[in-house]
Amino acid sequence: MTMPLPQSLVQSPTQGLLLPDAAGDDALPRLQSRLAAAAADAGMLDVAYTVVDTPVGGLLLAATPEGLVRVAFACEDHDAVLEVLAARISPRILNAPGRLQNAADQIGEYFAGARRAFDLPLDLRLTAGFRRSVVEHLPTIGYGSTASYAAVAALTGSPGAVRAVGTACALNPLPVVVPCHRVVRSDGSTGNYRGGPAAKRLLLKLEAA
Amino acid sequence: MEVKPFEAIVREHGPAVLRVCRAVLGPQDAEDAWSETFLAALRAYPGLAPGANVQAWLVTIAKHKAIDSHRAAARRPVPVAELPADDRDTPSGAAGRDVPGVDGGRGDNDALWAALKTLPRRQREALAYHHLGGLPYAEVALLLGGTEAACRRSAADGMKKLRALTLEESP
Repeated sequence: MTMPLPQSLVQSPTQGLLLPDAAGDDALPRLQSRLAAAAADAGMLDVAYTVVDTPVGGLLLAATPEGLVRVAFACEDHDAVLEVLAARISPRILNAPGRLQNAADQIGEYFAGARRAFDLPLDLRLTAGFRRSVVEHLPTIGYGSTASYAAVAALTGSPGAVRAVGTACALNPLPVVVPCHRVVRSDGSTGNYRGGPAAKRLLLKLEAA
Repeated sequence: MEVKPFEAIVREHGPAVLRVCRAVLGPQDAEDAWSETFLAALRAYPGLAPGANVQAWLVTIAKHKAIDSHRAAARRPVPVAELPADDRDTPSGAAGRDVPGVDGGRGDNDALWAALKTLPRRQREALAYHHLGGLPYAEVALLLGGTEAACRRSAADGMKKLRALTLEESP
């Protein structure tokens, strides 16, 4: 929506001032990090996020001041996930890797085979009711083992709720960290996964090694 | 209408707001004004009316931050805006120009700022808010006072003078 500039201005050697996004001007990245730090100090960084590279693709990590609130696969569309977070938590969202450093380190260790359990503060506000109860029980399935949907239903005290367990796993807001990938079909097949069946098989193979 | 994450607002409008701050305040004070603008915008963002013109809203906040900055400059014992850019914040004078961290090595910015600051402030602001901030002259008039036509004239006069100056200084 910026008005067209006279050619002489645009083409002048002084265009750096007018085009701060031009190559060689590092001001904006620097100002954005400064803004993220100031926002956190002022208690206005309601959701911080970063994207980390992993063997299952780019993982979006998002945290409130209470803890990790969302882990999302690239196939979920990170921009769409951030828009949902804006609507459900707060639009005060910034790319601020600092708050996610510990989570990113632990995820790196996990994929390197050097970590079997996550030790992170979690914010479970995106799940509620029975689904939340399932999410809270999932970490009891140990690293390298699996449980059937029926077994998890029994674990949560609702043996008849097998399908509901499936839904709860499919909507787990913290995949990888909360191990819904360890829940498989009774016939031994892997079943569906938020990150796609290939990602689920990769995680199970990693843990079986 | 979905509310965008604030990060999307920073990416979309951050460059334009920085252009405005640089043209109004110069390269040195622009970065503080940009930071204060976006921090104030982040505070108010959840209450912004859906469908509002986000860039006009940001430029308006930037204008108020620029007023604060001008007032602060006026309170300083030496009016910084009157000094050659090279002598500011750099005891080594002109030598500091290309030192990273002093002005990020943006000698071009200093050159354009040197031209811009010869303009009367009203011309500089009208030019910046319209051409760089994308505000229609009716909104520029709300920010600067006076009529829409007067603001259009200020911006045109400023642009004419600036074009003459920058062409003159081109190698």
